[in-house]
Amino acid sequence: MLEQHLAALPILLPLIAAPITLVLGRSSFSWAFATLISACACLFAWQLLALALTNGAISYEVGGWPPPWGIELRVDAANAFVLLAVSALSTLVLLYSKDSIEKEIEPSKHTLYYTAHLLCFAGLSGILLTGDAFNLFVFLEISSLATYTMVSLASDRRCLIAAFRYLVMGTIGATFILIGVGLLYMSTGTLNMLDLANRIDIAESGRTINTGLAFIMVGVSIKLALFPLHMWLPSAYTYAPSAVTAFLASTATKVAVYVMIRFIFTVFGLDHVFGSMGMDLILMVLAIVAIFKCSYKATVQSDVKTVLAYSSVAQIGYMILGISLVSATGLMAGLIHIFNHALMKGALFMAVGAVFYRVGSVDISAFRGLGKQMPLTMAAFTIAGLSIIGVPLTVGFVSKWYLVTAALEQNQWVLAALVLGGSLLAVIYIGRVLEAAYFQQRPESEKTIEIKEVPWLMLAPMWVLVLANIYFGVDTSLTTEAASSAAEWLFQNNEMPLGNQAGAE
Amino acid sequence: MNFILDHYNYWIVVFLMMTGFYIVITANNLVKKIVGLNVFQTSVFILYISEAKVSGGTAPIVTEGATLYSNPLPHVLILTAIVVGVAVTAVGLALIVRIKRAYGTVEENEFKKMDDAI
Repeated sequence: MLEQHLAALPILLPLIAAPITLVLGRSSFSWAFATLISACACLFAWQLLALALTNGAISYEVGGWPPPWGIELRVDAANAFVLLAVSALSTLVLLYSKDSIEKEIEPSKHTLYYTAHLLCFAGLSGILLTGDAFNLFVFLEISSLATYTMVSLASDRRCLIAAFRYLVMGTIGATFILIGVGLLYMSTGTLNMLDLANRIDIAESGRTINTGLAFIMVGVSIKLALFPLHMWLPSAYTYAPSAVTAFLASTATKVAVYVMIRFIFTVFGLDHVFGSMGMDLILMVLAIVAIFKCSYKATVQSDVKTVLAYSSVAQIGYMILGISLVSATGLMAGLIHIFNHALMKGALFMAVGAVFYRVGSVDISAFRGLGKQMPLTMAAFTIAGLSIIGVPLTVGFVSKWYLVTAALEQNQWVLAALVLGGSLLAVIYIGRVLEAAYFQQRPESEKTIEIKEVPWLMLAPMWVLVLANIYFGVDTSLTTEAASSAAEWLFQNNEMPLGNQAGAE
Repeated sequence: MNFILDHYNYWIVVFLMMTGFYIVITANNLVKKIVGLNVFQTSVFILYISEAKVSGGTAPIVTEGATLYSNPLPHVLILTAIVVGVAVTAVGLALIVRIKRAYGTVEENEFKKMDDAI
């Protein structure tokens, strides 16, 4: 029974639990319940990944209607891998948020926060697991609406404007995806992604399909904050409560990157998007500009949350760069970086939230002298920061290693040099914070406030992520196995429908 | 000329889409932005409904004498999209209410002056 419906559980569980959380009323009850649900979903995601790696793709017919008429949930190595990262991060952030939101969200809104978090998680799992293009839009909107609510929960009034801007941008992005899906349906008559891949006929209705491709790509690019469509991201990440930022930075944009991979590789097909449409060049240029422009912007900000937000846009550039290389290694580097970046940014934003918890500010000047007063938090920030830079023995190094390898495979020496150059900018923006924390003294006027370490419930999830940063940096077998089999699967799958078509003719 | 007349519903879609988009970008008042967003979304609804029409087909109800039906699926899809649109509007308006309480205005240029960081 449980095994049979395993594929639907990571979506259903949080979706059903969300209204129950709201009814529970008490903040501590809803926290415990939401965490439990998220942990269960994480367990199911783990099982799904194990199943997908051994048995190949799992297909689940929602409501017993067989695809392509009914909605299909389709689990393969690629989405099970991202789902595991998302559900693990969701659980850790929920553990962390109990103490964190007490400082940042009014007590009356605590249950609302947990409800919105579960809804967002349900939406993200839905986006990952669904095999239906329209269904993907619906789940995208479920997660986005929950996200706008979560951003607006902070006590700083600027979060409202950030949330409103995000809502306008996000809705335009989602509507673009809706238009694209509509155009695809118009020319193929199906919404199932695998069926779409088989029925897309460029020769007959190329113009409609290419318009659909353009709409979907722009829509997804808004959602994943690809430069220059990233303008909503820095303000939303800066003014949202710290726990929300930690969750969004490590999951929401990553899921959007996955959506882009899915549309390029499964629906439209590599040959069309990169071959005849030349999309790889567009993505590559935008990715490189994102890496340099936003890394530079990160070095000149004074609010540490804004620094990390711009750094996120730059890191998304690395993922897109991996995809745009059009090779199995490049795609694998992109997928590994989705997982690894979730680990590093989750830990970094949690550390910044811990600083806010004690000091009440996240300006770079608030970090002065914290190396002595909050040693564990700052040690976590240091290790996760080194991981962003790409120092060996951290996950950041693994991502960069595969990215550079993929670039060198195609003799793109300039590209490899640019990837490494981007890391140097990361040294500057992480280094500024570390310099303030370890080498500057706390000003005399502020010494009256006693600053000590944050509660263990905030430290524990942060350190779990930090240790994961080191563990997956040393023992790369799990991440590389999952990512390489996902990348190979996407590539193989990509050639198969094209081969079938050729055979049929 | 015939090309324009034959596809008049698509011209309406494009016109509404661009109107809505223009309002979203240029409006200074947040409520107007939400209205623009609604117009923008509505254009997509018409796009889907246009797709559903099969030339010569009747309404998709099984009756005697009818063999060709219009496609009912886009209608169902757009019903879902309308619900999503209503939810987005509701969240947007709720945010505007809170912005009005916090800033005392819903004009973008006015609250931009109050918090220059945004």
